[in-house]
Amino acid sequence: MGAALRNPKFWIFGICLLPLARLVFLGGSDGLGANPIEFITRSTGIWTLVGLLLTLSVTPLRRLSGRADLIRYRRMLGLFTFFYAGLHFVTYIWLDQFFDPAAIARDIVKRPFITVGFTAFVLLIPLAMTSTHAMMRRLGRRWQLLHRLVYLIALLGVIHYLWLVKKDLTEPLIYGTVLIVLLAMRLPWCVTLLQTARNRFAPARFPIGKALARGAGRRN
Amino acid sequence: MLLRQTADILPSEITPPEIYRERRRFMQGLGVLAAGAALGAAPDAGAGVKLAGVRAGAYTLDEDKTPYKDVTTYNNFYEFGTGKGDPAKNAGSLKTRPWTVAIEGEVGNPGMYDIDTLLKLAPLEERVYRMRCVEGWSMVIPWVGFPLSELIRRAAPTGNAKYVEFVTLNDPKQMPGQRSRVLDWPYVEGLRLDEAMHPLTLLAVGLYGEVLPNQNGAPIRLVVPWKYGFKSAKSIVKIRFVEKPPLTAWMHAAPREYGFYSNVNPEVDHPRWSQAKERRIGEFRKRDTLMFNGYGAQVAQLYRGMDLKKFF
Repeated sequence: MGAALRNPKFWIFGICLLPLARLVFLGGSDGLGANPIEFITRSTGIWTLVGLLLTLSVTPLRRLSGRADLIRYRRMLGLFTFFYAGLHFVTYIWLDQFFDPAAIARDIVKRPFITVGFTAFVLLIPLAMTSTHAMMRRLGRRWQLLHRLVYLIALLGVIHYLWLVKKDLTEPLIYGTVLIVLLAMRLPWCVTLLQTARNRFAPARFPIGKALARGAGRRN
Repeated sequence: MLLRQTADILPSEITPPEIYRERRRFMQGLGVLAAGAALGAAPDAGAGVKLAGVRAGAYTLDEDKTPYKDVTTYNNFYEFGTGKGDPAKNAGSLKTRPWTVAIEGEVGNPGMYDIDTLLKLAPLEERVYRMRCVEGWSMVIPWVGFPLSELIRRAAPTGNAKYVEFVTLNDPKQMPGQRSRVLDWPYVEGLRLDEAMHPLTLLAVGLYGEVLPNQNGAPIRLVVPWKYGFKSAKSIVKIRFVEKPPLTAWMHAAPREYGFYSNVNPEVDHPRWSQAKERRIGEFRKRDTLMFNGYGAQVAQLYRGMDLKKFF
């Protein structure tokens, strides 16, 4: 038990369950407001976007901090993203449309934001299915190619949000801006910039950072 | 047609008084919380006060009324923020006294009406109307007010008056949502003169037999039950009679998505979503949206011969 408590994965798992726990608590205490289905749909959608952005921030954070071990938590974040996307999708299919296939099909064609959101969800499925170590080994280099789909999925997620709001674009634009920053941090010149920043501000704190800093120093 | 004549329903019969009082206590508690949150902005004293002399109106519905709590905590009023809970949270800063409504434009009797004069202009009656939001949800609300036509008759429109423009208060100090440029303030809405004169068109000053809460458009608002909710301008300070159709706030913001008429119509979709169904607040499954929100028998003749896809 003590060992489990010392494992950051245990805490991350717990924290990732909090948005769901909150919904269950609010649902039990009549706290979901006048339109509970809208509340649940919105909440699960927002946490899917947050999950996507957190997953995408692992790599830039790793580069910034030099802590390669952060990669160990990325899979869990990705799977929780898929979990909340699944809840979001089930809320729509069940509570919003009541499993009416004709209405759902009409909706997917008729409402562009549904089309985009549905596409993003479908694209998440192969990523979740190939998240195991065994699949990583089996797919080899193709695994990374496949998982680059997450960039497209995140873009579709933000577009899904942008297109559904009536007028106030503030929130979707905040998510869009964070996504653009996270994607930009993957551009080659940005990667170099991050490395320079790390060398400048935290050269001594992490051994890996120090090693890389020495390497960079020689290049100059 | 679901409308029926009833002469004997009193506002107090809609909700048992003990539930009323419980609600009042709840709302007072909420008010204290809101005041705390808004750092001293006290909730308006008028909201929740019972309106005297309200008679049963000619229009009622055989449908369950949306609970007072839902009507007053879930709505759109962008002057107080774009979230559905924002109006209830932020409308405490609105001062509804003193308040005047200017009557301007193509009328024989222009002038300023004090709100307390307006409240005595015509007998107050209760009307239970469906309210359909353009976003796809709906409510059933017992309003208190009088027909707009009572005011228009007194204003005596000239032959040039073809349209009526309604202007909401523009004061970012009282309406914090106006600090954001989400819409071009002030909020402007408009009706054709014959729509404005229609007996269903109501100037509302109350809700559930009580003074209208700030978040629902106090002290005086429009209610046009066969049109999407945003047509019913809230917290009105000016009514202008004009020759040309006014450029409404939503037409200005998104002309492709919001037209001048904005009649509830399940056959004409919003460009980004369907209008065929709606979620009645408090119900689990969606219900079919009715043509003209179920008021076709009364208003369809206003639009005879018009292509409603073109005049959306």
